[in-house]
Amino acid sequence: MWRNHRSGWGWITIALHWISAVAIIGLFVLGWWMVDLGYYDAWYNLAPWWHRSLGMLVLGLTLARLVWRLVQPAPRVPGKRLERLGAHLGHIGLYGLMLAVMVSGYLISTAKGRGIDVFGWFEVPALISGLPDQASIAGSVHWYSAVALMSLAGLHALAALKHHYLDRHDVLRRMLVARSH
Amino acid sequence: MLKKTALATLAAAALVPLSQAQAADYVIDTEGQHAFVQFKISHLGFSYILGSFETFEGGFSYDPENPEASSVEMEVQVDSLNTNHAERDRHILSDDFLGADGFPTATFVSTGFEPSGEGEGVLSGELTLKGETQAIEMPVTLLGEGDDPWGNYRAGFEGSTTLTLGDYGIDMSAFPEAMHELELYVTFEGIRQ
Repeated sequence: MWRNHRSGWGWITIALHWISAVAIIGLFVLGWWMVDLGYYDAWYNLAPWWHRSLGMLVLGLTLARLVWRLVQPAPRVPGKRLERLGAHLGHIGLYGLMLAVMVSGYLISTAKGRGIDVFGWFEVPALISGLPDQASIAGSVHWYSAVALMSLAGLHALAALKHHYLDRHDVLRRMLVARSH
Repeated sequence: MLKKTALATLAAAALVPLSQAQAADYVIDTEGQHAFVQFKISHLGFSYILGSFETFEGGFSYDPENPEASSVEMEVQVDSLNTNHAERDRHILSDDFLGADGFPTATFVSTGFEPSGEGEGVLSGELTLKGETQAIEMPVTLLGEGDDPWGNYRAGFEGSTTLTLGDYGIDMSAFPEAMHELELYVTFEGIRQ
């Protein structure tokens, strides 16, 4: 039940998927909102602190998720050959964009060599800093890759609905409930 | 890690001697970096080199009703020096000047405060640089205090003083007289705890 099976996802994969979905959409909304906060807004410092802290936790979760995805079997993919290829590329794109968004976000905050405080629990050290124009370039990458990620995630959700309602595949159901066989 | 231990030490140190006064304790806002440690030194008498130490931490205790009881502590990471010139920074950090490898931190611990007027006075204390500790005096000014927009209370100060580099084992004899001293300028906001 915890592990993946050829017929469906295990609970760990399901949990990782939905926690990531909620956290990443939340981070996008939070980020969108916080950049327009006025200097005198009570959330001016607090919102970015939440955004950085959550972002670092999701980055760690995503790395763990990738490891789990690679060491575990994946269920069979239904559909035509081209459709399966499209789905595969789409999922690789989602993983790539998630990493691009989170790594670029990390590079903004650490551009001057300062680590990132995560909820006051621990600090993620600055590993790469002082690249030319690092904060600005990482900032652009962060924004465009976040928009691309949200677009691709929207497409991903539409595809899941299409499989569920039009094709009558069980891909959506198996991401909701783990299978034991 | 260092930050945590230093702050804990600082908090512990701040509690002991001042517990009888109702002074408030402040942590210098290095997180939002409203704090600067800078210096200005002549370059051969032609112009000035301006530099900054970017990494430091500290705190102070301050009570407007009882300013004599004020105290300050700061610890500066010497290798965070920046003078806008990597090779010069490296040279200044070498044993020719600051010897940052052997003496990675510089500290200031106040020993007294003499008010000279409303929101100003002379801070005395011990400055340790390159392993040498000297008593110094620094005129300081309260720039402002009050509630900030994010739910904290802040107080901000500035102060400057002139240091003779020879007092700290920094041999400037190869350079003109004008370079034997530098002006140290410190300004920061503290967040009341």
